[in-house]
Amino acid sequence: MTYKLLLHSSIRALRANRNRTFLTILGIVIGISSVIVIMSVGAGAQSLIFNQMASVGTNMIGILPGYSDEEGPPASVMGVVITTLKAKDAEELKKIKEVTAVAAYVRGVDTAQAQGQKMDITFLGVSADYPRVENAELELGSFFDQAQDKEMARVAVLGYEVWQQLFNGDNPIGAHVKIKNESFDVIGVFEKRGTESFENKDNMILVPLTTAQKLLLGIDHISMIHLLVKSDNDVPAALEQIKSILREEHDIEPGMSDDFTARSAAQGLEALKQVTNALKFFLAGMAAISLIVGGVGIMNIMLVAVNERTREIGLRKAIGATARNVQEQFLIEAVTVTILGGIVGIIFGILTSAMVAGVAKYLGYDWDLVVTMPSILMGVGVSGAVGILFGWYPAKKAAGLEPVEALRHE
Amino acid sequence: MSSRAERGISWMTVNYNKINLRSKLRDSSSSRSVRTPRNDIRLNMPLIQTKNLNKEYCTDEVKTPVLFDIDLEINSGEFVSIMGPSGSGKSTLMHILGFLDRLTSGQYLFESADVTGFDDKKLARIRNEKIGFVFQSFNLLPRTTVLENVKLPLQYRPGLKEKEKNEMAESALKAVGLEHRMNFFSNQLSGGEKQRVAIARALVTDPTLIFADEPTGNLDSKSGLQIMEILDKLNKAGKTIILVTHETNTASFAHRIIALKDGRIVSDRKVDNRNQFNGTLK
Repeated sequence: MTYKLLLHSSIRALRANRNRTFLTILGIVIGISSVIVIMSVGAGAQSLIFNQMASVGTNMIGILPGYSDEEGPPASVMGVVITTLKAKDAEELKKIKEVTAVAAYVRGVDTAQAQGQKMDITFLGVSADYPRVENAELELGSFFDQAQDKEMARVAVLGYEVWQQLFNGDNPIGAHVKIKNESFDVIGVFEKRGTESFENKDNMILVPLTTAQKLLLGIDHISMIHLLVKSDNDVPAALEQIKSILREEHDIEPGMSDDFTARSAAQGLEALKQVTNALKFFLAGMAAISLIVGGVGIMNIMLVAVNERTREIGLRKAIGATARNVQEQFLIEAVTVTILGGIVGIIFGILTSAMVAGVAKYLGYDWDLVVTMPSILMGVGVSGAVGILFGWYPAKKAAGLEPVEALRHE
Repeated sequence: MSSRAERGISWMTVNYNKINLRSKLRDSSSSRSVRTPRNDIRLNMPLIQTKNLNKEYCTDEVKTPVLFDIDLEINSGEFVSIMGPSGSGKSTLMHILGFLDRLTSGQYLFESADVTGFDDKKLARIRNEKIGFVFQSFNLLPRTTVLENVKLPLQYRPGLKEKEKNEMAESALKAVGLEHRMNFFSNQLSGGEKQRVAIARALVTDPTLIFADEPTGNLDSKSGLQIMEILDKLNKAGKTIILVTHETNTASFAHRIIALKDGRIVSDRKVDNRNQFNGTLK
């Protein structure tokens, strides 16, 4: 029998049991559409993150304490405290001639108070180079300078939201804000910066690095260094020098691994992409489990169909169908069901993804609707494979029926 | 070039020549061992020969013998009834002769070839090319047109064009007088019509041998008579017909009745007073 004929007879058989066919493909539809939605929404979220990260600039290098290989982030990202990175390291790195600005960071959370108002904030202790490194502009006042950092000045620069909430939008310059019961003079306010890399930049209060270390946190290490180099082309050379300087500073013997991780923004993006990809595929894999459930449903229904149509199988064999002919017929029927389910699932998945993208865009996110050809082809391929996998046994069973037994079947 | 359709339409008249030709071919190919005079072979070559054919069913280590030492010879062009009460083994014998089942021991020669060792694929091919089956319960595909049902055996034959298949199916339907029902669905037909479609399906491959298993069993007597008339015509056109029935009246349309009882042949006789058609049914 030609494939065209087989397809034709499959469609006829499936149409004969419309309700059953509908219920059978439902499992596949759900499975495929969830995979498509997760892949697409995942890609959309990735593009959102990357769009934001790319705005940071590709001539930035970040240094975190703790070693990591190329594949993933260092342990400090997961919240493990590593104390090997010091403010002095940041000072040393300024000597590299490609480096134009260096900022060291520590961070903490607390409830800030001013004029009887309270607000939960993140406070950052940073170097004076911070506005240049982060490309952040001030709305009011000025940022502290290196001298103020050195002498542990009690000055603070507010994020936009902090200003709005604690000072109700009034001029806060010269006013006081309390963090951890220590009073700070407000000397500046950042303009609205929004959320970047999962971090709301507008509910922060920035104080000099040394002040934060000694006064607020009681530590002498730092949690991160960001530095800018002159241009993208200088990134590799700068990375080399950073490594050799820090290894020397930290007395690391040759052959031992680094106790820090220095990466360019581009490398960071790559690492983030790998982490988010892993997450995306893991979730898609979870969704694919519903495909297995759908497949078992297909197998069940195909076994019922083989049983119901035993006489038909007997007849087909009596008029010359070989075992292979019968097997092909039932296999193609199963594959037809699953591919049909796959196509419906893809359409359904794309519609859902488009809805998510529409809502995200409406909410003001820089969200792209990403539906790639590979994910569509994968959807069709996987549903076909599910059909073959789960249709195989019923088809084999049909093919193995003895013609006489099949014809006698009531 | 004569189309298959023309060939089909003229089955009734042409097939004698065809059988003739086939016999001649066989004759020349086996001339070394042939001792019978040539004109004896014509229409009388043994199409089916069994020697000590035994069949037993084995279930859960219980052996149920069904057929014992069946020795049988059926020639091309014969119209044979296999009769017997239920449980006599007549259906089993038909299934073995029709390649739907295998014998347990003994020998089965079809067109002088020992088919005992044939594999499933070869048997499927013989069923497709040489055999036509007509069943008591018609076994038409539901929700499928008459034409598609009749074409079904041709679907398992590679290399035929759709147009050829249609032509062959149409001429087979003409042979049973149902060409006007071609595009009906099988469930829109009466019982008699369904059985005629089943006969057309058996005919469409132009087989040598047609097995009819209680073909009138589910039909009223008038429709049953029509079916028997068609079978008689086909026999006159050269087809070998093996009819399995338990009705004496139906069996009497054949030239020869083989009676089975408890798995053994108890009689094998020529029919003297054959049921004849007087044309009233036309």
